[in-house]
Amino acid sequence: MSEAVTVTREIVAKYKGREGVLTHILQDIQGRFGYLPPEAMEVVAEEMGVSLAELYGMASFYARFYFAPRGKTVIKVCRGTACHVRGSERVLAKFSEELGLKEGETSPDLSFTLEAVNCVGCCALAPVVMINEKVFTASDPGKLLAALRQGENRDQDH
Amino acid sequence: MTRITSRHMLERMVRELAEKRARAGLVVKVCQGTGCLAAGAEETFRAFQEEIARQGVKAQIVPTGCQGFCQGAPVITVEPRGWFLHRVTAADVPKVVDVVLKRGGELVQHFYRDPQTGEICRRPEDMSFFRHQLKIALRNLGKINPLDIEDYLAVGGYTALAKVLTEMTPEEVIEEVKKSGLRGRGGAGFPTGVKWEGARRAPGARKFVICNGDEGDPGAFMDASLMEGDPHSIIEGMIICAYAIGDCREGYIYVREEYPLAVKRLGIALEQARAWGLLGENILGTGFSFDIQLKKGAGAFVCGESTTLMMSIEGKRPSPRVTPPRSVEKGLWGMPTCLNNVETFANIPIIILKGGEWYAQYGTETSKGTKAFCITGKVRNTGLIEVPMGMTLREIVQKLGGGMLGEARLKAVQTGGPSGGCIPEEYLDTPVDYESLTRLGSMMGSGGMVVVDEGTCMVEFARFFLNFTQQESCGKCPPCRIGTYEMLQILNRIVAGEGREGDIELLEELGRKIKETSLCGLGQSAPNPVLSTIKYFREEYEAHIREKRCPARTCTKVGKYVIGEDCVQCGWCRDTCPHGAILERRDGFYIEPDLCKRCGACLGVCPVGAIYLEAAGGEKPWPKPSSVR
Repeated sequence: MSEAVTVTREIVAKYKGREGVLTHILQDIQGRFGYLPPEAMEVVAEEMGVSLAELYGMASFYARFYFAPRGKTVIKVCRGTACHVRGSERVLAKFSEELGLKEGETSPDLSFTLEAVNCVGCCALAPVVMINEKVFTASDPGKLLAALRQGENRDQDH
Repeated sequence: MTRITSRHMLERMVRELAEKRARAGLVVKVCQGTGCLAAGAEETFRAFQEEIARQGVKAQIVPTGCQGFCQGAPVITVEPRGWFLHRVTAADVPKVVDVVLKRGGELVQHFYRDPQTGEICRRPEDMSFFRHQLKIALRNLGKINPLDIEDYLAVGGYTALAKVLTEMTPEEVIEEVKKSGLRGRGGAGFPTGVKWEGARRAPGARKFVICNGDEGDPGAFMDASLMEGDPHSIIEGMIICAYAIGDCREGYIYVREEYPLAVKRLGIALEQARAWGLLGENILGTGFSFDIQLKKGAGAFVCGESTTLMMSIEGKRPSPRVTPPRSVEKGLWGMPTCLNNVETFANIPIIILKGGEWYAQYGTETSKGTKAFCITGKVRNTGLIEVPMGMTLREIVQKLGGGMLGEARLKAVQTGGPSGGCIPEEYLDTPVDYESLTRLGSMMGSGGMVVVDEGTCMVEFARFFLNFTQQESCGKCPPCRIGTYEMLQILNRIVAGEGREGDIELLEELGRKIKETSLCGLGQSAPNPVLSTIKYFREEYEAHIREKRCPARTCTKVGKYVIGEDCVQCGWCRDTCPHGAILERRDGFYIEPDLCKRCGACLGVCPVGAIYLEAAGGEKPWPKPSSVR
């Protein structure tokens, strides 16, 4: 049995019998793997007594459920109103150019994912980006990226 | 930790804790709101802890929620003097500890200096940004430690709940809320007391209370700040609501996925409230039981709509349903459900303590009390504010926002997020209340307030919002799904310089129909940004369509590109042009209009800025667009 299946069974067992827990289950699975592996989805559908189509129908409705592996560093460029009027398009373009990734793409070595989000609630410091749940001011995307890359290299040295 | 089993015991603890806090001596309150954290407030906080140990200073370092003045992040407040210091990074901390804490001196560079008067502001009250505010919903924000329930108790926390449970009937609670005139702070403005009454009257063995923390409007972060900075006020408000509607033992707080910090801090607050006997079974020994579960969203704007949010909690593929029946009659799992916004709940405890009449003294005839806003965009001071209803937009922008950032003139104020509209400069003296904003074609919304200047193209701005709502349309009803798509196509065409005669009229007609026929609030308000910009900035639309020109000079797809006389013949533009549209003649380079795709690549490389956008009809060239780099 693959790891995804075992882990999923454990997660489902924790919630089974309670109402309205499907999103929790999927969020927990995503928390473990960074995305929703197909074999995990099958287990959830079977254990929770919903059809696979129904489950995918629900999960794919949301922008923050992913069906493919994602990068170790996820860069979310905020495109909220405040960020928009302070130049978020340029920030996104800069990251896109530097990383060689389009919006929503993940690099083949799974180190970076670049995406745009609607608002991270940090409008007063616009434009901002969220890097793995932490928000940064992005008035200088180049500097931010350099710091990120440096961190990446440091990780590899160890 | 003690489990509180009676009102008497709670009141004694509140007294003791308040006295203890009053004797605390030096306290440094370091803002740990999302804005300050982004500016490095976590490092500032740690640096303070290390530095007071190193320098042997006796002081308490307390993390707080958003203190409001995000522009100056990271910010701190030093008690008991009440000094407000901004831009305190980790590197500044040793000096602050030495000068301010140890020697009681001043550090002028960390005080705010009023840009108009040049005066140094030591306390928040000295600052125009804070002086004109009235904090009711945000009363504890930035003052208490959200991670410590004792801090909330010390400011009288949960005494409103105790009062409700021991001396008020549910009807009296509803009457008090009705008297306050409080209306839903999520944007629609439905009277809260009337909603509670409806939920109380609705028959059902099991009822629910839901707190809507799915603050999806881009440009708004009031609810996020409240959930992060004062979670117990929301929890207390919810328990009071549960008691008022009756037969309610379960509640939910639904938080957006993009707010991980709010989820974390609410989770801690819920656990503490349970451990202290303020939530769960037999609250305060009164026999009343109620518990709250935290639900995290997964990134869908439409889930902020109440019926959709309930489906999302149920774990179904969410989409709105036809109302009536309203959710107070048939809500979560078909049971009567009372759903209110974060800010609405945060207002409840203080209304109970001070009375509905006290609250109703503020505000206008139809909109009582205060409203929190997030002022952002092109103003000097951005941040979180709370003002009495009825203050004018101009006062907010000038007095609180501190005027415009940079030279450009104010063009409009956008309120209500993607459901709202743009209010032009000439209407800025309108008082802020639900009715006035709706009359202007905008709406209160959840409280985003984005100030835009002349450098923003209103057509492109409307397109930005419609693009957002179009993407977030759930697809259930055709007016919203197809209608907003059609409107977006037209707008895309206009900003690309391919607008046609009649496009404006078509947008207006589509917008009206979508508003009339859409199923839920998302569709019903989606055309607002377009309709309001057409209403007030029609000439900008006409300029794009008829003259193929963008008055704000930001749409690079309209207008004709020409090389001016200041060209230095370097040829970079010719080498850069991906379409081969720049050709060489004996007298220099020129742009062949038939080949030019207006991509703007040449604008970026020209070392002397000699490439211009020219309006059709041979007018004189425009200056280089500032937004293209």
